[in-house]
Amino acid sequence: MRTRRTGKGGTRAGIVVAAAMCSMGVLLVGSYVSAEQVNRLTIEDLTIETRVAAPEGHPLGSELISGWEFRTPETQVLQQDDFQNPAFLWVEQAEEAWETEEGAAGKSCASCHGDASESMAGVRAQMPKWNAAAGRPMTMEQHINACRTDRMEAEAWKWESDAMLGMTAYLGLQSRGLPVAVQTDGPMADWIARGKELYYSRVGQLDMACANCHEGYYGQYIRADRLSQGHTNGFPTYRLKWQKLGSLHRRFSGCMKQVRAVPYKRGSEEFVALEAYLASRGGGLSVETPAVRQ
Amino acid sequence: MAKSKPRVKVPKKAAKGDLITIKTLISHKMESGQRKDKEGNPIPRSIINKFTCDFNGQVVFACDIEPAISANPFFEFSVRVEESGTFKFTWVDDDGSVYEKTADIAVQ
Repeated sequence: MRTRRTGKGGTRAGIVVAAAMCSMGVLLVGSYVSAEQVNRLTIEDLTIETRVAAPEGHPLGSELISGWEFRTPETQVLQQDDFQNPAFLWVEQAEEAWETEEGAAGKSCASCHGDASESMAGVRAQMPKWNAAAGRPMTMEQHINACRTDRMEAEAWKWESDAMLGMTAYLGLQSRGLPVAVQTDGPMADWIARGKELYYSRVGQLDMACANCHEGYYGQYIRADRLSQGHTNGFPTYRLKWQKLGSLHRRFSGCMKQVRAVPYKRGSEEFVALEAYLASRGGGLSVETPAVRQ
Repeated sequence: MAKSKPRVKVPKKAAKGDLITIKTLISHKMESGQRKDKEGNPIPRSIINKFTCDFNGQVVFACDIEPAISANPFFEFSVRVEESGTFKFTWVDDDGSVYEKTADIAVQ
């Protein structure tokens, strides 16, 4: 009998990277673009576009590359099999929650939206989406909570709660493989411009902007980690470091803390604007929710 | 995640003598006991400490799990099947809880 025990994913990947670095030295840097790499992201016969041509004049150059491409093979494999992807533990819970009646109105998500695989297909790809009634763009989390408080008359979920993460992952899953296509014109134009300003503004004691790492140095190492282009197509993501699912705004907070800035609050106008700008920047890449990252 | 929920992947049917691959995953925080909270007090250990897989009452795979195993432990192993039957998977929690799941396989 052959057995395989899977320990701490992060640690395992770390050992492999460390060993590879010792033997290969600087050769490893930049190998993510080598012609030898032929592995593509396929999940249950669904091909996910992890590299798409960038539109003319895109700040990232000629190609948009999903964060999946920057991860080690061990981490990449976890996302290729839904059974091995730990995010599906949350997704399964959300599947149940979708059918569960809650709140004073006695409704479940399914009471109005029916079959999620039909009603929610393509929804994640458009997030954050302009909401005319609220007069602002709303993220998936904010849409879910609006439904919960206004229609179900139930309690709003906390941004980073397991229930919310599971539901955003479950709804995002219904758009998996579809290209990210956020509205960029009309009232969204102002928000995207604001997000862009935030993206290029230096903050914190280290005086760094998002662009300093994710535009200027993607593909290179920052300590033991490889910098991605910072796309949002995989969120909420199961992160091995977190050992759980995490929201995009948690990732934003993490980056801001790393440059020693005071992060904005989850769901704040700043983060929603940044989310909108990043979604427009990564337009065309396939939705990968729920992705697995280092 | 408050409640641990196991998942298993076992082929529904196989030929006699086939080597089948079984995958299992369970949600669990796997708190190592080495960490401290914000006030500096140690967070007590809370992990799944044992995993076994029985086939028709006979143990085919078992292991003790230590604190270094990550959250949501995943196991993959192979078993040669000679007859139809039921796999029974058992996870034992530090708090005494036992999580169980069964899966049938038809062998032709």
